[in-house]
Parts: sequence; C-alpha cells; structure tokens
Amino acid sequence: MTSESNQVRPYQWVESYADYLYAYTIARISDEEQAKDLVQETFLAALEKADKFEGKSSERTWLTAILRNKIVDVYRKKSSGLINADVNKAEQEQADFFSSYDGHWNSEHVPKEFGIEDHDPLVSKEFNQILQKCMQKLPALWMSVFTMKHMDNETTDIICAELKLTAANFWVIIHRTKLNLRACLQKHWI
Amino acid sequence: MGPLKKITHNCKKATFLIEKKLIGRITLREHIELRIHLLGCSVCRVYKKQTGKINEMVRQFFYGSVKIDAGLDDTFKKDLQERIEKELNKK
Repeated sequence: MTSESNQVRPYQWVESYADYLYAYTIARISDEEQAKDLVQETFLAALEKADKFEGKSSERTWLTAILRNKIVDVYRKKSSGLINADVNKAEQEQADFFSSYDGHWNSEHVPKEFGIEDHDPLVSKEFNQILQKCMQKLPALWMSVFTMKHMDNETTDIICAELKLTAANFWVIIHRTKLNLRACLQKHWI
Repeated sequence: MGPLKKITHNCKKATFLIEKKLIGRITLREHIELRIHLLGCSVCRVYKKQTGKINEMVRQFFYGSVKIDAGLDDTFKKDLQERIEKELNKK
C-alpha cells in the first residue's frame, strides 16, 4: 500500500528542511563549510535510499537520522588520529590541578565560587560567551563525547560504541573535560 | 595512607565520582566514600555545586544555539536544489 505519507518528496527537501538540517549541524560542528557539505551529502545519500523510506517516521526525522550518522562519522574521524596532540595538550593543562602525592587540590587551582547561582539573564549571556570559548578549547574527542552526552542525551553505551571507547575511558574523558571546562570558566569569569 | 584517609584527602577521586554520579551510576561504596569526602572538603562541595550548574548552562546553551543560528544563503540553496534535480533526472 502506498499512501501520501510514506513517500519522499525530494523536490521540496531544500525548501522544507535545508535550514533546519543546517542549524542542527552547526550546533554540533562549528565549521560552516563542513556543515554545508554535510547537509548536501545528507540529501544526496537520502536520494540513493529514497526507495527504502517506509514512512515509519516523518521525512524530517528520517533525514535527520541520516545526517546524525554523518556527524558521528566526522566525530570519529576527528578523534581517531594516532597522536591526539590536542588531547595531550588538554591533559597537560590539568596536570597540576591535584597534588601528585595525595590527590588534593593544589592551592592555585582550588575551585572558587562563580556567583552565577542567582541566574541573572544578563549575566548568563556574558557567561554563555565565555562558556562557548571554553568549549571550543576542548580537544575534538572530548568535545564529541560532551556534545553527544549533553546535547543529544545519548546513552553511555551508544557513545562508547560509536566513538569506539571503553566505558572506563568514557568516564575519564567526562571527568577531564569538566575539570578543564570548569577551570577555564573560573579563569575567565572571576 | 589508610583507606579512609585515601578518600578524605583525594579530591581527584572525589571529583571523578561527582561527575560519574551526575550522568551515570556509582556504587554504594562509592556513594559512602563521596559523602565522607564531601563532609570534610568544602572545596569539593563548591566543585559539586558548580559542575551541576555548568551542565545546566551547557544544555541551555546547546538548545538556545539551535534556534539562534542563521539559515543557509540562497545561492547555496539554489545550487543544492539544482543538484538534487539533476540526480532525480538521472533516474
């Protein structure tokens, strides 16, 4: 049975979904050119498998799923370099956060109150800009994990499978990411 | 160091457990260790408060940024439309 709802309408794709898919991508990959390429690749890939579209989900959901897989491919490629120089650098930044003797905070890195708990919207805007800058400093692999967890709410199992990480590795990354991010916020906010 | 002293003094371990607890699960033993640590460590209590707040703000930021972002330019869309039509005509 073929009904209107489970057919694809490729002629309308650009008009209906291009902006949405682009916004979806740019939120996850901050490179504009790469984001455009991914949107284009998504449409072309969708054309290839248009006959497999069963109408179980909306056309937009279907296209977004194709795009999402492409984004994860990018994450995987970015973070699979033999030498992750950016990870080494980021680890170096936190090397002296804690005493190597007993694991206690070293005095110059002790967390201090931010004073953002009251959540003034004006303050939040400024804080968000710093947050964005600090996130951009994270290594590609850490940022991939962080985005998949906090933006897409993916389960730990899925993130580990897709980025080929062990669970132990995943938790180390979650911890290290937050240590650097928090320290960066403290440095630029207070 | 004895086992108790190990956790009361180890902020690295404590912050790890705080992060793990935020988005996953920690064992009962880890819960107890973390509690004991936090009772005696005001610095990690600050950390705990902040890291939860950061997660909240990150989420708000992520969801906000999806709406704020400008769309694609018309030239790109026009080219893309032509590309798709060309592919469709091949079939």
